[in-house]
Amino acid sequence: MRKEVYITDYNCVTPLGFTADANWKALLEGRSGVALHKIIDNQDAFYASMIDSEKLNEEFNRFFAQNTIDFTRLEKMLLLSLLPLVENHSISDDTAFILSTTKGNISLLKNQSELPEGVYLSKLAQKTADFFGFTTKPIVVSNACVSGVMAIAVAKNMIQAGKYKDAFIIAGDELSEFVISGFNSFQAIGSGPCKPYDKNRDGINIGEAAAAVYVTSCHSDEGRISQNEKFRFKFLGDSAVNDANHISGPSRTGDGLYASIRNAMTEANVSSKQIDFISAHGTATLYNDEMEAIAFNRMELQNVPLNSMKGYYGHCLGASGLLESIISMESALHNTLLPSKNFEDMGVTQPLNIITENKPAAVRYILKTASGFGGCNAAVVLEKC
Amino acid sequence: MDAMQLLCWKNVKMSVMKKTHTCTIEHSKITVDGNLIFESPGETFQEFAKEAYKSLDLSYPKFHKMDQLSKLAFLSAETILKDEDHSRTAIVFANRSSSLDTDFKYQESINDQDNFYPSPAVFVYTLPNICVGEISIKHKMQTENAFFVLDEFDENFLNDYSAQILLSGKADKVLCGWVELYQENYKAFVYLLTL
Repeated sequence: MRKEVYITDYNCVTPLGFTADANWKALLEGRSGVALHKIIDNQDAFYASMIDSEKLNEEFNRFFAQNTIDFTRLEKMLLLSLLPLVENHSISDDTAFILSTTKGNISLLKNQSELPEGVYLSKLAQKTADFFGFTTKPIVVSNACVSGVMAIAVAKNMIQAGKYKDAFIIAGDELSEFVISGFNSFQAIGSGPCKPYDKNRDGINIGEAAAAVYVTSCHSDEGRISQNEKFRFKFLGDSAVNDANHISGPSRTGDGLYASIRNAMTEANVSSKQIDFISAHGTATLYNDEMEAIAFNRMELQNVPLNSMKGYYGHCLGASGLLESIISMESALHNTLLPSKNFEDMGVTQPLNIITENKPAAVRYILKTASGFGGCNAAVVLEKC
Repeated sequence: MDAMQLLCWKNVKMSVMKKTHTCTIEHSKITVDGNLIFESPGETFQEFAKEAYKSLDLSYPKFHKMDQLSKLAFLSAETILKDEDHSRTAIVFANRSSSLDTDFKYQESINDQDNFYPSPAVFVYTLPNICVGEISIKHKMQTENAFFVLDEFDENFLNDYSAQILLSGKADKVLCGWVELYQENYKAFVYLLTL
C-alpha cells in the first residue's frame, strides 16, 4: 500500500482577511479584493487585488511583537499565514518545508547593480524556515502559475517516497511593478475587474496573497493524525503535464490540461461522474478560459459545478493554486459552492456548469486545476474524509 | 513487487534507477557520457552557446530567441534526447538562481520612468520553468514536468521526485538535472533516468 497523505490544516492571508475563516466570511458576502491601485509611477492605475500594507503591518506587529528581524512585505504575509499552522503542529527532523512562489522578493531588484541576497528564492525560503525552526532543507517549487497546485503534489510525492512524514507548504507572491509591467506589456491585464469565462472578459487582474497548508501521512497503525483535527482531506492524485505548444500562449486543444486531469483522476481512481466540484484556473484571458473549457469537455466534466476565484482575489501567481485549493476545501466543509464572480454571459465555445450564486452542495471529490506560462498545467484530486 | 515495495528497496539501493546518459556543460565545454564533444574558445556564454548550436548541427531558429538559461538547458537536453521518441519522458529540473539572469535584464528595462520599455519577449523568460517548456516544445513532450529552486544541487532529491513519477506510471523516463546560470556563471548537469 502506498502511504496515504492528508491535508489537515490551512490558513491564508489575502486582501479579504488574514485567516481562512475571515476569508470564507468575506467570500460568502461576495466581497472582492480587486480595486484600482496605482502601482507604477507615472502610469494609470490598474485593477488589482492588493493587501493594505498598514493593516498587514499592524497584524504582523500584533503577532510578532518581539521580532527584531527585518522582514519584507512578502515575508510578513508568509509568516502570518504559516503561524497558526506551526502553533498547531510540531516540526520534526522528518518535516518538509515547501515554498511555492514565482517571483519571491523581486521588488528588491529595483535600481540595484548587484543581486541582493533576498531575491534568491532559496534565501527567502531559508529565512522563513529558520524563523520557525525547520531543520530540513527547504524545497522551492517555481513552475509559474501552477506552482501552488504542484506544491501539494510535491509534498505528497516526497512523503510517499519515504523522505518525510509531514510537510508545511507555504505559497506567496506580491504585487510588484515588475509583474504588473510585464503582464501589461503582454496586453494581458483586464480593463476592469476580471470576468472569467464571460463573453466580455478582456484579461487578468493581478493579485497578492500568502497561503499555508499542513500535510501529513498516516499508516493505520501510526496514528499520526490526531482525532482532534478539525478536518481531513485525502490527497488522491496529481499530475502536471506540459502542452508542448507555446511558451506564453495556452494550447488550442487543451492537451496538457486534459492529460493532467486524466492522469490525476486515474491515480485517484475517481471518474468524471464522481467529481462534485471543480476549482478551475479561469484567469479571464480569452485564450486561457477557452482552452480550459475544451479540456474539461474532453474529460466530460462540463456538467460539474465550476468556479474561478480570480474575480475575488485576482491572479496571485505562485500563491493562487494553494489559496484556491484552500477555498475549495472551505467550500466542501461548509457544504456551500461559491459563484464564479463577475460571470454573466457564457463566453467560451464549450458548455461549462459555472456557478452563479452561493449554492448548498455536498462535496466529496474536488478537482483543482491550474495552467501557466511555459505551457505548464497541473491538476489534483482531493477527497473530503 | 508492487510500487511501494520497489520504492522501499530503491531507497536502500538507488542504483535500481538507471542513469542512461549524462551531459555536463560548464567552462565552455560540453561533455556527454564522459566524452568531451565540444569546446569553444568563446569568452561569453552567449558566444559559446552560438558555437555549440552550430557544432551540434541544430536546425531550430527559435533557439536564437531564447534567454541564456533556456539556451543552456536546451543544449544539454539536445545532446541526450536526440531524435528519439520522448512522448513518455518527463522533465525534472532545478537550479539556484531561478530566472534571475533574465529578471535582472527585465528590471533594467523598467528602472527608469523616463526610459520605461518592458518587453513581452523578455518578460516571458522571467520564469525558470520556461526552459522546460522550450525543450517540451522541441521534442513534443506532453509529459510531466517540474522545476525546483534549491540552494545547491541535490541529486537525491531530484531522483526521489523522479522515482515517484516513474513508479506512478506517469512516465517511462525522466530527463533530470541541474541547469544553473547567472550572467557568466553557468553549469548544466543533465541526465536521463529510467527504472
